[in-house]
Amino acid sequence: MIYLNAFLFAGIVCLIGQIILDNTKLTPGHITSMFVVIGAFLDVFDIYDKIVLWAGGGALVPITSFGHLLIHGAMDTVHNFGVMGLFLGMFDLTSAGIVSAIIFSFLFSLVFHPKD
Amino acid sequence: MDKNKYKMLVNKYTPKENRLYNGLIAFIVGGLMGVLGQFLVSFYAYYFSVPTKDASVFMIITLVFLGCFLTCLGFFDKMVSFARCGLIIPITGFAHSMMSAALEYKKEGLVTGIGANMFKLAGTVIIFGVVSAYLFGLLRVMVIGG
Repeated sequence: MIYLNAFLFAGIVCLIGQIILDNTKLTPGHITSMFVVIGAFLDVFDIYDKIVLWAGGGALVPITSFGHLLIHGAMDTVHNFGVMGLFLGMFDLTSAGIVSAIIFSFLFSLVFHPKD
Repeated sequence: MDKNKYKMLVNKYTPKENRLYNGLIAFIVGGLMGVLGQFLVSFYAYYFSVPTKDASVFMIITLVFLGCFLTCLGFFDKMVSFARCGLIIPITGFAHSMMSAALEYKKEGLVTGIGANMFKLAGTVIIFGVVSAYLFGLLRVMVIGG
C-alpha cells in the first residue's frame, strides 16, 4: 500500500513541476528552488511529516524533502540552544545528500570526460 | 499581410509540445522514482537492520550516486530530455546538475573550473532552501515555540 502512496505522491509532485515547466517561462532551476521553499513551508505546521508517514520514501525522493529536512534539522537544535540553534543544525539531516553529491561529482569528474 | 495574420501563421507552424504526454511521462517516471525510493528504504531497513530514518539517508546517497554515475556515462541527459520534471524534481536532478557542471567546467582546471562552478546550477536550491528554512524556522519558533 505504501508503494502506491509513494508512486502517487512523487508522481503528482513531478506532474505539478511539469505543468509549471510547460505553461510558463520558468526554467528547471526556478522550479526546483520553488519546490524547496514549498517543502520548507509545509514543515512549519508539521504537514510534511504527515506526508512522509503516509507516502514513505515517495515523499523523501522529491526535492521538497530537502527543504523539509533543512528546517527539521534546525528545529532539533532549537530545542537545545534556542533561536541560535537555527544556525547550528540546519545541515544536520541534509548533509548526506549534499556531501555525497559533492564527493561523487568531484571524484567522477576527475575520471570521466564529458560526452558530446 | 497584417500582424495578426502573420502571428496566426507562425503559431500554426511552430511545433507544438504535447503537454498531456509530457505530464503523463513526468507523472509515471516521477512515481517510479518514488517507488524506487520506498523500495530502497525498506531494502536497507531490512537487510542492514537499521531504523527507517537511517535507511532513508542511505537511500538518498544511493540515488545521488546513481544520478552522478548515469550522468557520467551519458545516459542521464537523454533520460532527462525524455522525462523532464520526472527526473529533475527528484534528488537525482540535484546530483545531475552538480555532476554536469563539474564535467562541463573540467577543462578550466581543478580550482577555477570544478571548484568554482560545481554549484553553479545546484547552488540556487541550497541558497533558497537555507534562506526559506531560516525564515520559516523563525516563524515557527515565534508561533509554536520550537
